[in-house]
Amino acid sequence: MRVRNARFLVVGITAAVLSAALAACSSSSSGSKGTATKAPILIGASLSLTGGFSADGQAFMRGYQLWAHDVNAAGGLLGRQVKLDIKNDASQPNQAVTNYQSLINVDHVNLLFGPFSSLLTLPTVQVAHRYGFAFVEGAGGAPSVFATKLDNLFDVSLPVDASTLPLIDYINALPVNQRPKTAAFPTSNDPFTQPQIQFAQHMLSTDGVKSVYSKVFPAEPTQYKGIADQVAASKAQMVVLGSVDVPTVAAFTQAFVQAHYQPKIFIATAGPDQGAAYVKAVGGQGNADGVMVPNAWYGGSLNTLSRKMVAEYIAKYGGTPSGINADVAEAYSVGEVMAQAVTATKGLDNSKIIQYLHANTMSSVQGPVKFDAVGQNLAATAFVFQWQRADFLQVLPPGSGSATVVYPKPAWGK
Amino acid sequence: MARFLQAVADGISGGAVYALMAAGLTLIFGVLDIINIAQGILVVLAAYLSYALSVHLQLDPLLGLVITVPVMFVLGVIIQWAFIRRLRGRERTAMSLLVCYAVAVIIEGALYAEFGGTPVTIHMSYATSPTAQVHVLGFYLGYIYLIGFGLAVVAIAGIYLLLYRTKFGRSIRATTQDAVAARLIGINVDRVAAVTFGIGVAVTAAGGMVFGATNAFNPDSGYDLISRLLSIVILGGLGSIGGALVAAMFMVTVEEIVNIWQPTWAVVVYYAALVIVLFLRPNGLFGKKAVRAQ
Repeated sequence: MRVRNARFLVVGITAAVLSAALAACSSSSSGSKGTATKAPILIGASLSLTGGFSADGQAFMRGYQLWAHDVNAAGGLLGRQVKLDIKNDASQPNQAVTNYQSLINVDHVNLLFGPFSSLLTLPTVQVAHRYGFAFVEGAGGAPSVFATKLDNLFDVSLPVDASTLPLIDYINALPVNQRPKTAAFPTSNDPFTQPQIQFAQHMLSTDGVKSVYSKVFPAEPTQYKGIADQVAASKAQMVVLGSVDVPTVAAFTQAFVQAHYQPKIFIATAGPDQGAAYVKAVGGQGNADGVMVPNAWYGGSLNTLSRKMVAEYIAKYGGTPSGINADVAEAYSVGEVMAQAVTATKGLDNSKIIQYLHANTMSSVQGPVKFDAVGQNLAATAFVFQWQRADFLQVLPPGSGSATVVYPKPAWGK
Repeated sequence: MARFLQAVADGISGGAVYALMAAGLTLIFGVLDIINIAQGILVVLAAYLSYALSVHLQLDPLLGLVITVPVMFVLGVIIQWAFIRRLRGRERTAMSLLVCYAVAVIIEGALYAEFGGTPVTIHMSYATSPTAQVHVLGFYLGYIYLIGFGLAVVAIAGIYLLLYRTKFGRSIRATTQDAVAARLIGINVDRVAAVTFGIGVAVTAAGGMVFGATNAFNPDSGYDLISRLLSIVILGGLGSIGGALVAAMFMVTVEEIVNIWQPTWAVVVYYAALVIVLFLRPNGLFGKKAVRAQ
């Protein structure tokens, strides 16, 4: 009996020692790994990876991924790695809403990034608001988005309505006999394009430029050739095209080329900012030369953060600075701004993040970011860019960093 | 008046391109009694084939048809053999819609994986450059549209010759009228079905090439195309090849004329016209009751 008790005692002590040793090893092991074993910060976003906005959506995804890669390479956020949870909305607003509901309720993401386009931001920011999430986005700058007056909305990019102002100022500064006398204003039926076109038309009309064509065409893909031919037939000296994507600009360009129509100024609200994808779609450099687009960023920006991002982008995806889609910078800026808010608030409490974003000035590859009460970036500067041969250059407003505007636009294909 | 003439010219030339794409769809319906929802994405696939051949092998897209037409034909035969042939019974037509949709989704996914979403166009310097056009009655008409018109005429004439001047054409027509009776008199109905589906898909090679040369396209372009192609074959009369040509020109011309007045109404007016025509002629402009009753 004593022997049996002694054996039990030895076995018991051995088991206790082993357990203690194992526990110590386990504790030591987790301690030595430090932040590596912490759960990653999950960030959800819905992007248009297919559908009408797929070119922009995929560029946005590269921007988000490049930002996440850079953050993780630098040790992560709050000592935790960042993990993106991106869902495809096929460019459909309803699907985008479903995606954000799923990201919040099923995937339990910590933070949200916005989708592409004002069209999809408008319904999705309301989902984020319902659940108290800060909604930082880079492509929802239409007035209708800000009209929601939701306190969780933060657009890091340029508000779109007055984006053409530098060009209007440039035209007014031209000698009277050199200014375009007539203008055409075809626009897609889209919340991103219409405010810009209406603003430009109003301002130019006030300045004496006669509107000879002003029509809205359906946002869904359609036959553009006939509309473009009508614009060409108007013989307007200036075309302000309300476009949301490359195919629209490409279709108008192709029709203008075939109609031998040579406007002095051709500016499109979106499309020419998409780098190599745009040049390829319009049929080469000769058809891109002289075409303008308003925006807040380009690949040759002197912003230090931007130059670093451009170098990293080229190292990862190849190409040239001019070939980088502006969507990449808009998406990257979303990550930068959110990261600054998370770091400053030392946590993932979205209510604190919202407060911080409203109260502080931040920096991004697109420049400084300072939000007003409805989420517009008041610090963003409107620029106008122009394709000049193989280069995509900032030309307006005139001054430091801007190249000289090529006016009138060179003939197609030259 | 100049704008009106320009709109009519755009309508006829653009309509021919749509007719080229719709011809295969209506042929497949006429013989197989199924609506090939995948026709739109097959046009886009054909456009990508022409694009890839011209970019990677520097093969002229028009010459490239020597490769793309047989490739699309074989693809059509495979789709019919693998997916459509197995559908039997009363639910066949409904199931074929689902199967064709699944095929479309697979092809779209593959195109996204291979080419991404960035829009591209097919370049043919002799057909799409600023100088490649004729000046008629005050407006310009690009050679690419003339090529499209010519290809549409050739494709539709070729299908007519096949249907009405060959033994195989008689087999197709017999199958169209009564597949059971055709089988009883010794026609290999399965073979007729596979070859017809192949021809219907092969036609998209030409349509896709012209579409890709006149539009920037990406894998998503198939959705807009299929809705237009379906409305064309319904207006022309399901199964009527010539009807598809007339309906396509009608559709695009109506849109172009309305564009002069208000572009946002163009599609509305077209579909209103479609409803009126179908109210007056339920089988479409050139549809036959026999085809619908099959």
